[in-house]
Amino acid sequence: MRAYEDWVIEAETKGLKISEVILQNQMEELEQSEQALFQRMSKNLKVMRESVAAGLSGERRSLSGLVGGDAAKVEGRRKKGESLVGELMSGAIARALAVAEVNACMGKIVAAPTAGSCGVLPAVLLTVEEVLKVSEHELLLAFFTAAGLGMIIAERANVSGAEGGCQAEIGSAVAMAAAAAVELGGGSPRATAEAAAIAMKSMLGLVCDPVAGLVEVPCVKRNATGASIALAAAEMALSGVRSAIPIDEVIDAMGEIGKQMPCALKETAQGGLAMTLTGRRIQAELL
Amino acid sequence: MGKRNVFDLIGPIMVGPSSSHTAGAVRLGTMARRILGEEPVRGTIILHGSFATTGKGHGTNLALVAGLLGMEPDDERIPEAPKIAKERGLNFTFETADLGDIHPNSVKFDLFGRNGCHVEVLGSSIGGGSIVIREINGFQVDIKGDYPTLVILQQDLPGVVAQVTFLLATAQINIAHMRVAREKKGAQALMVLETDQKIDEAVLGLMRKLPKIYQVLAIESLE
Repeated sequence: MRAYEDWVIEAETKGLKISEVILQNQMEELEQSEQALFQRMSKNLKVMRESVAAGLSGERRSLSGLVGGDAAKVEGRRKKGESLVGELMSGAIARALAVAEVNACMGKIVAAPTAGSCGVLPAVLLTVEEVLKVSEHELLLAFFTAAGLGMIIAERANVSGAEGGCQAEIGSAVAMAAAAAVELGGGSPRATAEAAAIAMKSMLGLVCDPVAGLVEVPCVKRNATGASIALAAAEMALSGVRSAIPIDEVIDAMGEIGKQMPCALKETAQGGLAMTLTGRRIQAELL
Repeated sequence: MGKRNVFDLIGPIMVGPSSSHTAGAVRLGTMARRILGEEPVRGTIILHGSFATTGKGHGTNLALVAGLLGMEPDDERIPEAPKIAKERGLNFTFETADLGDIHPNSVKFDLFGRNGCHVEVLGSSIGGGSIVIREINGFQVDIKGDYPTLVILQQDLPGVVAQVTFLLATAQINIAHMRVAREKKGAQALMVLETDQKIDEAVLGLMRKLPKIYQVLAIESLE
């Protein structure tokens, strides 16, 4: 089984970024040129930018009517300079809500790693791009770091709410975003691993209990809080904070917790928030 | 699913809200259309399990029809698919049923085509947008759409399989997976072959002329 640690060591030995190691690995496995892989990732990035823009400006409502318009509220307050948490954090929160709302409203998004968790990565990385003024090339490379970590998570555990709960979906997205944000912030390959571990530890045990089984409540807002956890983990790792438990072991723990999690809390809408008084009332009204 | 790559984790580009209930549903519709082999004009779509209970809020109905219309999972017209179908004079009706001990995200299509073809297809959306076709006209199959796929209806007799594989070998087409199922001894049998290379029309034409072969269907791989 592959380990993220192996890529960290390879990057350290060769003096490369972790994204460059992952890129080389994928050029070999997919038998495609660097240019071809960049083009494909660039297409994803373009759609992410479009979904952020659509969500921030749009007035769309989801099929259930439960979701829509919250990204615009946060963005409006930020633009007035009234944000409590500052430019970076409020920007990430608004963008995460924007993309997750577009998803709930049947708009076009990039699954990252899933549709339910599609807001975290564009929110964190596009906001870091804006604040740190990184180049498009550096940004695209950071997406390879995120995706590479995602591959390890998918191989050692899973990225499916039905299999592992929300920790496997938004939890994975948060770890992927934290690692990529550290690379954009100039952190070492080792620091990307620390950020991913700190981020994922903060998401362990999170259940998937969507109201009426829809990718709306609590999923949309959890993309935004997830983005803020990713940024907090990145900030710690960039400051030299280490995770006591290494990333690969945290991933294994996530997989184990997913197995131990009862079925009612894994995307079946039979427990947790879905079974609250209000959750059941919403479900009854929809069906 | 084969070995994962970066684009399985960042991607696909799709219309929301759910990779399994929306993107996977579009792909199931696409596969059903390809298995029918022509444009479907009417039919019944039977929803099972989670498709039946949470499908409405996920736009699963819209997505299944979009697939039947030939749309891709990233087509922003998916929400309007039933309207577009109606404008084209196509008629699909939805039912819900318990289809037995199968994956919760499953659907059965009973489709009639423009030129009178008819097919029954049962498929499941198994997560992350991946799908599997379980049954064609009551024959058990296992088609994921990862490879170009040949579905051949034939008589269950010695040598029928060999003449097909010989033809493929001559055309330098490698078989990745293969499965043969039959109704009963000597009756009709269904052969499913997944190949590494695309099969061109010339080879299909030769195959259709082989004795004891009733029907040959070539299904392109998804994406």
